[in-house]
Amino acid sequence: MKCQQCDKPATFHITELAGGKPTELHLCEDHARQYLTSSSQEGTAVGNMAAMLAQQITVGQTAEELAQLDQQACPVCGITFYEFRSQGRLGCPHDYISFQAQLEPLILNIHGELEHVGKRPGRSASGSEKRTQLIRLRRALKEAVETENYELASKLRDQIKNTETDNT
Amino acid sequence: MELNDLTKCTGEWLRGVGPEADIVISSRIRLARNLAEYAFINRATPQDRQRIVDLLREKFGQSQTGRDLINLDIEPLEKIDRQLLVERHLISRELAEMQGPRAVIIDAEEKFSVMINEEDHLRIQAMQSGLSLLAVWEQINRIDDQIEEKIPYAFHEKLGYLTACPTNVGTGLRVSVMLHLPALVITRQIEKVFRSLQKINLAVRGLYGEGSQAQGDFYQISNQITLGRSEMDLIKQVGDIVPVIIDYERQAREFLMKESHENLHDRVSRAYGILRTAQTINSEETMHLLSSVRMGVNLELIRDVGVPKINLLFLHTQPAHLQKLIGGEMDSSDRNIERARYLRRHLSKEKENGPGAEAN
Repeated sequence: MKCQQCDKPATFHITELAGGKPTELHLCEDHARQYLTSSSQEGTAVGNMAAMLAQQITVGQTAEELAQLDQQACPVCGITFYEFRSQGRLGCPHDYISFQAQLEPLILNIHGELEHVGKRPGRSASGSEKRTQLIRLRRALKEAVETENYELASKLRDQIKNTETDNT
Repeated sequence: MELNDLTKCTGEWLRGVGPEADIVISSRIRLARNLAEYAFINRATPQDRQRIVDLLREKFGQSQTGRDLINLDIEPLEKIDRQLLVERHLISRELAEMQGPRAVIIDAEEKFSVMINEEDHLRIQAMQSGLSLLAVWEQINRIDDQIEEKIPYAFHEKLGYLTACPTNVGTGLRVSVMLHLPALVITRQIEKVFRSLQKINLAVRGLYGEGSQAQGDFYQISNQITLGRSEMDLIKQVGDIVPVIIDYERQAREFLMKESHENLHDRVSRAYGILRTAQTINSEETMHLLSSVRMGVNLELIRDVGVPKINLLFLHTQPAHLQKLIGGEMDSSDRNIERARYLRRHLSKEKENGPGAEAN
């Protein structure tokens, strides 16, 4: 078998498992080394994730449904599903709840599991409402500044300060 | 301690000591964490990011009283200084190259560093020379606890620590062991190792991780999965496989010593000869030859130089280190000439070395 990227014989047969569904690659030593070492781990992770998502959401979905899904936005940070899908990065912790239905199969694909095992923070996760509120307030502040609504911005700033000090 | 003080020494991870240090360069663990009260990096405003830097710096400083720390804002740093930090593995290439307020806190002994506002708000990493994952885990776990005492992390009851990319969710842990595997490369068995590692969901990367070539026959083995397994399980998976690879590498070295002694001795001696006499040499060739010499020293085919010095040369011949040591920015052809001069000076028979050669 020839290398998929040149005419040398393929001596490396790589099965990429990170994509959930195994994909086969047949490469010569040089290209295999290049592939294995130069393909960035996080980079391919994002690439794989985009591919996985694309696969996941096109199954049984019409273009309209897809367009609708893409426009869904997190109420806390405002990121749309489309933005996440194209950047491979989430916007805030609440996205894991906002996009739960889409993320769960993705996470299962990546990790083969859905439940964390291991270390937990010493303090309880109580007060998470307030934390989400802070992210929301900061976003509102940004928008107020952008629209030059300085009166609102100053109010929001005070509100953020009060909520923050409450917490620590 | 300041940034420039780092240049001349080796740093913890290249000291060339610790268990299995002939083959295992370093053990490293990183944790990805985010603050519960802020949006992730790509939705955080520059003001938010600055606030995160200030907050973490203050709280982290409080938790590490008495420790010598180097606090650096990345944005105002010269390009060469950022590159220096990347070469030392103290920051990632991503942190060096991205935009906006971001910072790093470095332990002066280089046993840990804390990147602020990389892909996640916090990327804590701890490292040690040789194979000692448990000691590294104890250190990073303690640091993580100390930060968490002061600032709440984004945590989900079911999904664990929440990260900007779902590939890191759960433990947020990446454990990575750097190995020097020249004999497996020469005997063309490295492919077998790669294949078997991928089957068990472990990743193999080059010396500088993402986007780097397998320079100098250095390979990093790390976990890919972060969710559904405990930190100890993830560490154990890598920790269990490393001795197997070490054993393969030792067998390959023995095989070469026995079956191909002259060829091996010749290869090693020529590499040493070139490094001691070349007049201009690029960084890639340097790494390649140093790799042979390093193995030659381990196999006692070369007896007048030690592994710590070879490790130091691996680092000092990298572009940013070389320029800092020589004291000025140079284009690549001038660097090649200076690199050759540096190598000749440090490997020459008459061992009158310049300052810094045996530092650390």
